[in-house]
Amino acid sequence: MSELVVKNKEVVVPGEVLATGMDYLPGQGSYREGDNIHASILGLVNVDGRAIKLIPLSGRYLPKRGDTIIGKVIDVMMSGWRVELNCAYSAMLPLMGTSEYIMKGADLTKYFDLGDFMVAKITNVTSQKLVDLSTKGPGLRKLSGGRIMEVNTHKVPRIIGKQGSMVSMIKQATDCKIIVGQNGLVWILGEPDNELLAVKTIQKIEKESHVSGLTDKIKEFLEKETGKKLEVNVNGE
Amino acid sequence: MGYEKRIDGRKKFEELRPIEAKAGVIKRADGSAYFKIGKTVAYAAVYGPRDLYPKFMQNPKKGILRCHYNMMPFSGQGDRVRPGANRRAKEISMITEKSLIPVINLEDFPNAVVDVFIELPQTDAGSRCAGITAASIALADAGIIMKDMVSAVAVGRVDDKLVVDLDYNEEAYEEGRAAADVPVAFLPNSGKLSLLQMDGNITKDELKKALEMGKEACKEIYEVQKKALKDKYQLGE
Repeated sequence: MSELVVKNKEVVVPGEVLATGMDYLPGQGSYREGDNIHASILGLVNVDGRAIKLIPLSGRYLPKRGDTIIGKVIDVMMSGWRVELNCAYSAMLPLMGTSEYIMKGADLTKYFDLGDFMVAKITNVTSQKLVDLSTKGPGLRKLSGGRIMEVNTHKVPRIIGKQGSMVSMIKQATDCKIIVGQNGLVWILGEPDNELLAVKTIQKIEKESHVSGLTDKIKEFLEKETGKKLEVNVNGE
Repeated sequence: MGYEKRIDGRKKFEELRPIEAKAGVIKRADGSAYFKIGKTVAYAAVYGPRDLYPKFMQNPKKGILRCHYNMMPFSGQGDRVRPGANRRAKEISMITEKSLIPVINLEDFPNAVVDVFIELPQTDAGSRCAGITAASIALADAGIIMKDMVSAVAVGRVDDKLVVDLDYNEEAYEEGRAAADVPVAFLPNSGKLSLLQMDGNITKDELKKALEMGKEACKEIYEVQKKALKDKYQLGE
């Protein structure tokens, strides 16, 4: 007899029994021991059919293949650049990973210098957590000017919103260019006052990410701050 | 005669001192916790997984867990505790580490380290147990993958009575047989033991009974740990 012990969307702590019996399957953040499924992380329960998944609520960024991240160059080497990702592991951007053709023996600091920030995609993560990057692709490039802010990596989906609705609203309100990296770094470029407003808005989203109807609340906040009338594009058009 | 009534006025020999716990008290840390049992207070802060230096300490097969146990200079019974690591603090740091490792999968973060700092501003016996319990909350709060929580308590014998959660006066009780102090840590969901130390003499039967009492007490502590974590994240809808 299988039974779900916890409710959907409930917060659970490591070790807690989520379900009994063999009818449920342990997903991300849970494991099976004997007949029971236990939580292995502090998270929100998400039951999808027979699978039980936990959405993590805290913790550092863990590099995942396919993520778009913002990184900082910490070393320039013969064959590429070493990039810091705001987590325990640094990444490698090889010469082959850049969108330009770079001659052998060229001065690599012309492309990315120490301390430069970039938007890049994670192409591969090994079991030893060696991370490879690429800047080939639309929107992937070096970032110059602007400012970088740090947010909780698990709040990134809320900052982006459904189909990018939240971030495009902030862009529209503040006339800033904004890029949100999956690793919790956000790049903002615009007029200084507007940059500050964008920072403030993102911090507000981070703090109130659990509130329902957040998009409307942020819209109201931005309209009050800027005096502009905003349109929310839920379809991302 | 013997030991009839608990010195601090607790009703039963199985009774714990009043407990308070809170998660997320140190904002800069990845995870943190406050745990108070009677007059013993512990703060724990967790940083990481993060880079591990010096590099020769890195292990490509698994990460390491580093615990630092520290009693503050004014935390004792009136005498100044000399600051910094001493032989006792080093040993307790080590046993804290060893009691937490069974719930953590070190292979999850090769070449990296998770640092746990435990500070005790006020102590009245049972500080290593309070430290382990706080560290366990802090690790969960830091989003580290854990099989289970760890709950710790001291059990022991005062004169001829088995008691749970000894305070300093009970540990130092001089009438009859010398008191024995047995700190234990349990994984509350699997019921496994991850710490067992002993100071003083105790017979085999007494130890068996004391362990059973400790297990029950740890379940109570686990409920407090669970509540502390849930209270932090279960924000009103």
